[in-house]
Amino acid sequence: MSELLKYPGMSKVDTLSPEEKAAAHTRRVFLFKLAVGLNAMVGAVLAVPLVGYLLGPAAKKRSDIGAWVNLGSLSDFPVGQTRLTDFRSPMAAFNDGETGKTSCWVRRISERSFQVFAINCAHLGCPVRWFSESRLFLCPCHGGAYYEDGSRASGPPERGLFEYKFKIAGDSLLIHAGNLPTLSTEASCREKPLVQIEAAEPAEAASAGMPDATARSTTWQG
Amino acid sequence: MAGLKISKWLEHRLGFIQPLKQAAEHPTPSNNASWWYVFGSAATVLLMLQVVTGILLALVYSPSANEAWTSLNFLNHNVALGWYLRALHGWGSDFMIAIVLLHLVQVFLFGSFKFPRELTWMVGVVLLLLTLGMAFTGQVMRFDQDAYWGLGIGASIASRVPFVGADLVHLMLGGPIIGGATLSRFFTLHVFVIPGLLLAGVAVHVLMVLKHGVSDWPMPGRLVRRSTYEREYHELTQRTGLPFVPDAAWKDAVFAAAIIFSVMACAFFFGPFGPSGQPDPTIIQTAPHPDFAFLWIYAVLAFLPPSLETPVLLVAPVLAITGMLLLPLLAGEGERHWARRPVAVLSVSVIAVTLGIFTRLGTYTPWSPVMDAWSGDAVPVKYMHNRSPLEREGAMVLQDKQCRDCHSLNGEGGMRGPALDAVASRMTEDQIVRQVLQGGGNMPAYGNALNPAETKALVSFLMTLRGHDLQPAMDASRELLRESRMEQTAGSADSAAAAAEKAGQQK
Repeated sequence: MSELLKYPGMSKVDTLSPEEKAAAHTRRVFLFKLAVGLNAMVGAVLAVPLVGYLLGPAAKKRSDIGAWVNLGSLSDFPVGQTRLTDFRSPMAAFNDGETGKTSCWVRRISERSFQVFAINCAHLGCPVRWFSESRLFLCPCHGGAYYEDGSRASGPPERGLFEYKFKIAGDSLLIHAGNLPTLSTEASCREKPLVQIEAAEPAEAASAGMPDATARSTTWQG
Repeated sequence: MAGLKISKWLEHRLGFIQPLKQAAEHPTPSNNASWWYVFGSAATVLLMLQVVTGILLALVYSPSANEAWTSLNFLNHNVALGWYLRALHGWGSDFMIAIVLLHLVQVFLFGSFKFPRELTWMVGVVLLLLTLGMAFTGQVMRFDQDAYWGLGIGASIASRVPFVGADLVHLMLGGPIIGGATLSRFFTLHVFVIPGLLLAGVAVHVLMVLKHGVSDWPMPGRLVRRSTYEREYHELTQRTGLPFVPDAAWKDAVFAAAIIFSVMACAFFFGPFGPSGQPDPTIIQTAPHPDFAFLWIYAVLAFLPPSLETPVLLVAPVLAITGMLLLPLLAGEGERHWARRPVAVLSVSVIAVTLGIFTRLGTYTPWSPVMDAWSGDAVPVKYMHNRSPLEREGAMVLQDKQCRDCHSLNGEGGMRGPALDAVASRMTEDQIVRQVLQGGGNMPAYGNALNPAETKALVSFLMTLRGHDLQPAMDASRELLRESRMEQTAGSADSAAAAAEKAGQQK
């Protein structure tokens, strides 16, 4: 019989009787199958660190993302005004260049009460602009509009602007920033209570006294 | 003689020159040696162009968030012919998407996806998605403002996936923010992963075309049946077959040359795409928009109602892709000719017109406020003639309060809200006051932004805007109300007089 097979898929053992087929299951065939199984096992073990490496960015605990950032002196933010300010993201890495910077809108409602909004529209993340005369934030991409307190005014966004948690330390305004603000990675982490002032500073919480901002945040949290 | 000897030497060692020659010269039915059958080969040639120009660009491009934008400007201005290579790659990408779409439409309308070429179609659908993937990741390579905010839009869409949204965002961005890690992973996708899949997919696609032959020209009434098609195709090939190379392929070659020449011409005359502003998220004076191929999606996203957005974004692509993949399995037999497939023709027409309209809308974004209309577009002089001081004050309020960003006068200003040229012929004074103060119908409420004096002035100006002196809108019920009130007061005056009379009499 020729060594060449007549068609693909044909096996040499096709023409053999059952006994001969059984005899054809040689030790080499068995060892080959064993080796294939061995490779599958090695492959599976190899895949664990590879997949782990690949999924690394998603594996980070959410509470680990973010830190307090100083936005500057309180006097930079006049009462009753909404101002744009820049900061370097605490999550920026060595190779982020200018993308490591970002901006936020700081609204100073009264002496010690603030609202700090992400520039990212709650619709699809484009940078919203503040129009002080009409007291609106407008988005250039799809025309989302928000009132001065960040609540949704019109357009495609389904909710108000993302708000950063803030605290006042001495004469400085600090916000807690981390993720790029999107619907599932909000400016403020979900796990942490959405009280703007940390419990360690009750005096400030009382003086800041923002029942309305807190209430709104919780309704947005849904 | 020497050449023949060398080729024989090579063939003895390589062993695939003869098989390749046979494949190229395989007989194909004479009726498909047509100009309609040239798109697939042109797409392949464009892919080759993209590979070559892409490799050349990679010699200079720096895939780092620190340097990418600068390296593109360096390519544009400092590297000899760098601008032309960028232009070739950019225009090649647009042409490739266009040709791949034409190829898809031709194959669909000719019914060429039917038995036995179902899998060829499915692989083709994957190739289309990979081509679009190349276009999107390529847009990120041009690491400018549009790329940055385009990534933001991508992340915002990913964040809408239930439960794993945050993880998807982090996977997509390579971290919590858009930055160096994001560019690196999109570079990896654009340069290694997707091209690898694309080249492998094209190989499988072409091998299947060789195995089943290029589909014959469809004829009305000649049905595809699984039991007979392959025999009929074989007979047709036997009877009318021409060697694919050169009898059919010369048209492919001419068309491919014309397309490459068009890419060269566009690149030469129109130059490279961008880069636009630097990818600095603190520069918010920008109106990001995606590349041409994705403008229609950008437009659709402006029109979806908030409640439908997430479901549509997450479900529609799955349905569309599944539908395209399953198409040959659901309609693998029967008529191939477009004249006998009205649903197919109608679907292509509707989809083409829809995509065309949305793309057109995407080029001028009527839904976006014109951010500088309030300071840039003055109130037309003709609307100021013979106006009272209060009305002129109202025109000032209209400008100052940035109404023009969304409302146009005399064709200038935003198109988000209705033009105001004839607003008073549509709405009464009361309605305008209510609309301004309370908003509604996609207009924000201005109650907090206007004091009563401003409101009064604004509305009195708006009341003068009646187009070509149309009748002012009037509230019919108010007239009735006034009449009934007058009757009432007349009636009560009568009764009062009568009562007084009575009282007088009593006195």
